[in-house]
Amino acid sequence: MAGFKGAVSVDTERCKGCGVCVVNCPMQVLGLAKEVNGKGYNYAYMAEPDKCIGCASCGIVCPDGVISVYKVKL
Amino acid sequence: MTVEDIIKPENLVYEKSKLLTSKPFHYCPGCGHGTIHRIIAEVIEELGIDEKTIGVSPVGCSVMAYDYFDVDFIEAAHGRATACATGIKRVWPDKVVFSYQGDGDLAAIGTCETIHTCNRGENITMIFVNNGIYGMTGGQMAPTTLEGMKTATTPYGRKATLPAGAGFDGIPNNGYPLHITELIAHLPGTKYVTRQAVYDPAHVRKAKAAIKKAFENQINGKSGVNFVEIVSNCNSNWKMDPVKANQWLVENMLPEYPLGDIKVDGKIVEK
Amino acid sequence: MGELKLMKGNEALAESAIRYGCDAYFGYPITPQSEVIEYLSEQNPYERTGMVVLQAESELAAINMVYAAGAAGKRVMTSSSSPGVCLKQEGIAYIAGAEVPCVYADVVRGGPGLGTIQPSQADYFQAVKGGGNGDYKNIVLAPASVQEMADFVALGFDLAFKYRMAVCILSDGAIGQMMEKVVLPEQKPRMTEEEIKAKYPWALTGRKRGTQHRIITSLDLDSNKMEEHNRHLQAKYKMVEENEVRYEEINCEDADYVFVAYGSSARIAQKSVQLGREQGLKLGLLRPITLFPYPTKAIENLINHGVKGFLSVELSCGQMIEDVKLACNGRVKAEHFGRVGGIIHTPEEVLEAMKKQIIGE
Repeated sequence: MAGFKGAVSVDTERCKGCGVCVVNCPMQVLGLAKEVNGKGYNYAYMAEPDKCIGCASCGIVCPDGVISVYKVKL
Repeated sequence: MTVEDIIKPENLVYEKSKLLTSKPFHYCPGCGHGTIHRIIAEVIEELGIDEKTIGVSPVGCSVMAYDYFDVDFIEAAHGRATACATGIKRVWPDKVVFSYQGDGDLAAIGTCETIHTCNRGENITMIFVNNGIYGMTGGQMAPTTLEGMKTATTPYGRKATLPAGAGFDGIPNNGYPLHITELIAHLPGTKYVTRQAVYDPAHVRKAKAAIKKAFENQINGKSGVNFVEIVSNCNSNWKMDPVKANQWLVENMLPEYPLGDIKVDGKIVEK
Repeated sequence: MGELKLMKGNEALAESAIRYGCDAYFGYPITPQSEVIEYLSEQNPYERTGMVVLQAESELAAINMVYAAGAAGKRVMTSSSSPGVCLKQEGIAYIAGAEVPCVYADVVRGGPGLGTIQPSQADYFQAVKGGGNGDYKNIVLAPASVQEMADFVALGFDLAFKYRMAVCILSDGAIGQMMEKVVLPEQKPRMTEEEIKAKYPWALTGRKRGTQHRIITSLDLDSNKMEEHNRHLQAKYKMVEENEVRYEEINCEDADYVFVAYGSSARIAQKSVQLGREQGLKLGLLRPITLFPYPTKAIENLINHGVKGFLSVELSCGQMIEDVKLACNGRVKAEHFGRVGGIIHTPEEVLEAMKKQIIGE
């Protein structure tokens, strides 16, 4: 079975740090940054980028539409 | 392969719909409105109907929904969104018209308009966001507030009848959670009635499919309301963090408001 | 030349709407104006011109249908009577704030509250001075005949679209119910989608890809923008005041004293002028046709030409008199005379009031 590798880009300035993507990532890729954005939110980021399979679950649940998801077939 | 190698336009599999404007949502972190806006925009984009779609925003947290959708929009008076949608659809029957309302707007002040729009069988799509509370005004009781649920106007919990204690026990008080969706499903004017949620990816996908069906029915039909309730959250007024709010939704809202299709193609779905 | 018919005022209004090419009527029955929706329903306008006629669940729903359909660039109207127009005030304020063109007729009956079903002019304040919330005006046309009930539909729509605002046809139970001969206009075609898109770029017709989407709203939380919007509305109302004042003067050329009356009261006051002149009194009648904008300058001119006093004759306890007094600005005497509760004053008692209150025995 061909594997997939994914990555996400987060529009960190628009992220509100709600954490909904974090709990909905099946591979536990995402976390909330210790740093904050211009609005003081701890934005989402790829804490474990190697684990991302590009399933887009994070993008689909993100209430602010700040996550874009990329995927390549290995 | 590095992250930089993967993040390239040709590898893009998911991004925010182009039918959303660049304006950041003013909603609280984790609020379901954003997710619901996103999937509505995706549906309009996928159906290619952006040049003939007219939206109606309510009074409530989503009053400024018109700022976020890149389609023509009108802002209705509190509760009157479906009267507005009726007005537009009747004079522009070939346009695609949808209303977007919360529980206070649709099921309290606008109940009359809701019932009669559904009863006339207007060929429109109604989106109903139910989070069991008044968000914008600061967390007061909604018609859909759960029994026992604490709000700014039911600080000791919603009680249908007054509790024992002062000798008034049993007399009417706050009433019961209003199941407006089941109610309108029994009107012959409704074609498609469903209840969905957006707290996790699987449910977002299902909700999006339901919204798509509700728009397609309108495009392909001549009459009959297509009604999508979405059970959502209000972490600010529920006074919990967004992740906890979604858990609370599953544990408390969904038993009262179970998900699934209630009416399909004009027929009540037998459970 | 149009068609000559004998009709009720309410029916003339309805027939005229169809012939004007009105796109939709949204209404709710209430005495004494139910003939409007009854006549429209009977005429099957959907087959005649494609005009939509919808009996809404309430006046509130009806006016909000008007608000949205007007925002969509269509010529839409509603009608009601006093208590029903109270309910419509919510939508009318939104229409004013969002600058939506529409026409609504108010066939006034007595109040307050459920009042009576007989004619009245006690909703002058509501129609002319606002009625809903915020600083706004509607153009108010006051028909005094069945002919004007018919004519003011076209005038109303023309003004509504010229200024993007609501136009009220402020009638009363007498004008709505009476039968008179009326010359009806020729049938005009309804506007096509292309015409609407070309003429009203603000209208909600579905935005073209690559162009700015349209938003019709009365809301703006930015205080500076909201102040600017209010200033813009006031400037528009000022333009209306400068350009759209309409009135009729009867026997005013040599008049010493003048009745000011609109609608059915004007018909009675006209008779009072005749009766007075038979007794050697030089009386005249100023009949405002637009109540907003008010013919203030016409009153000023009459004073400049020697008029020594005015009697405002209204089926109310005294509402328009305030505008008459403002126009007089203390230069000459101005008083009110009116019957209420559904009683219509007689020409004789109106003349007596002029003698007693203004001329002096």
